[in-house]
Amino acid sequence: MNVESPVRVEDKLYYNRYLVDIGHPHVKVRAHTTPSPQLLALLKACPARCYELNDDGKVEITVDGCIECGTCRVIAEPTGDIEWSHPRGGYGVQFKFG
Amino acid sequence: MIGERFDAIVVGAGMAGNAAALTMAKRGMKVLQLERGEYPGSKNVQGAILYADMMEKLVPEFREEAPLERHLIEQRFWMMDDRSHVGMHYRSDDFNEERPNRYTIIRAQFDKWFSSKVREAGATLLCETTVTELVRDERERIVGVRTDRRDGEIHADVVVLAEGVNGLLGTRAGLRARPRPDNVALAVKEMHFLPRETIEARFNLRGDEGVVIEAAGTISRGMTGMGFIYANKECISLGIGCLVADFQRTSQTPYGLLDQFKSHPSVAPLIAGSEVKEYSAHLIPEGGYKSIPQLYGEGWVVVGDAAQLNNAVHREGSNLAMTSGRIAAEAIGLVKSRGEPMSAANLSAYKKMLDDSFVIKDLKKYKDLPPLMHTQSQNFFLTYPQLISKAMQNFVRVDGTPKAEKEKATLKSFVRARSWTGLFGDACRFARAWR
Repeated sequence: MNVESPVRVEDKLYYNRYLVDIGHPHVKVRAHTTPSPQLLALLKACPARCYELNDDGKVEITVDGCIECGTCRVIAEPTGDIEWSHPRGGYGVQFKFG
Repeated sequence: MIGERFDAIVVGAGMAGNAAALTMAKRGMKVLQLERGEYPGSKNVQGAILYADMMEKLVPEFREEAPLERHLIEQRFWMMDDRSHVGMHYRSDDFNEERPNRYTIIRAQFDKWFSSKVREAGATLLCETTVTELVRDERERIVGVRTDRRDGEIHADVVVLAEGVNGLLGTRAGLRARPRPDNVALAVKEMHFLPRETIEARFNLRGDEGVVIEAAGTISRGMTGMGFIYANKECISLGIGCLVADFQRTSQTPYGLLDQFKSHPSVAPLIAGSEVKEYSAHLIPEGGYKSIPQLYGEGWVVVGDAAQLNNAVHREGSNLAMTSGRIAAEAIGLVKSRGEPMSAANLSAYKKMLDDSFVIKDLKKYKDLPPLMHTQSQNFFLTYPQLISKAMQNFVRVDGTPKAEKEKATLKSFVRARSWTGLFGDACRFARAWR
């Protein structure tokens, strides 16, 4: 139980249905040189693993798999690290079961 | 829509929004409901359990019409350590009644039906429309909303904010603060499909009988959290949630926690061979009474999760949502019937009515429990479950050790882990918060 087996989040997201709003990401990461502790927390806390560390050591977001929970907003919006909105009407995840 | 004026605009088509829109439309009010999803329910996530009493007040005939899964005849509480669970089960044939008390539901499907009732009552629903801003007049009163549609400004006498736990509009408009990491839990969930007969055999069910399991313990790895397993007709809703602040502090991943919960020896056989068809996540208000924001103002009210109305102890949220939506709508109806303006003073009737209902009374009763659970999470979710599991094993395993020695060992393990003062203090604190 104590050994973390690698979980492939992509496999989980694959079950879901999305209408991706190409060119209009609803969440944006503020430009930074070194990521804040809040931004770094998102690498683990985001349930869709939308946040990744790039080769320059900066935190990047890809919103395509976002399941719109709001966790990143609660953690990183107060510090201004991210800008958070809902997707435009009709876009984003469309739950069949919810 | 442009130039058209409504008696009320409802933002959101979840439980609270639908309850509010339905109640106002039934009173003959001109209601516009805005939903950002493709269809009502497409953005809504819940376990989910439906409480019949509150639903009946809105749609008395829902049992004949709504897509319900199973009526609950059994509730299991599990306290888990890594290899075991200590359970308390309550199962009663009394729940096989003509008008059952609780049902499992699938929210996206249920909400679609609920919304059809709202439209039948005369409300106008506009989907695929995200409200981006509240519109104020020169006296700072809320007079409508702005949407992401072209020329998307729409006016109404009152705006009902049923926008869900994130409550972005209210925060942007300065009506309330954004939820804090220590006041919301992040839950992740999967839908596991299995043949109907398999579910009934594994959970000991006949026909449409249902069972739900709520689980706590080492599955949350010392964080404040709970797991759940709900039996639907042909699928099992399985998930786990913990405080966002705890995720932030521990660097645990939600999906790692979920997969570990699924592989627990008590859980794995229940879902063996299932086909997963969806993975979702949602925030749950956990702050209780003390986190309830201002509920009304000039031209607006807030209902449901957006008002943080959730009873974390009893795992009740959607019934608080639909009740607050209904009560807000009734208060609005009263103001309107008197021909008075939707001012803060007049809309304060909503808060008064809500204070008198079970919604606020229940939240008030448990007002000290969330802070206790949140600060003592290591003890309540890790240490005690482990100790209790050991005690139970000690009790049931027969190995020739005299019983008096076994009891002594059990007591010793509790005292070693928490000390006499710790044990006494935990018991007192818990009792006081529960009272």
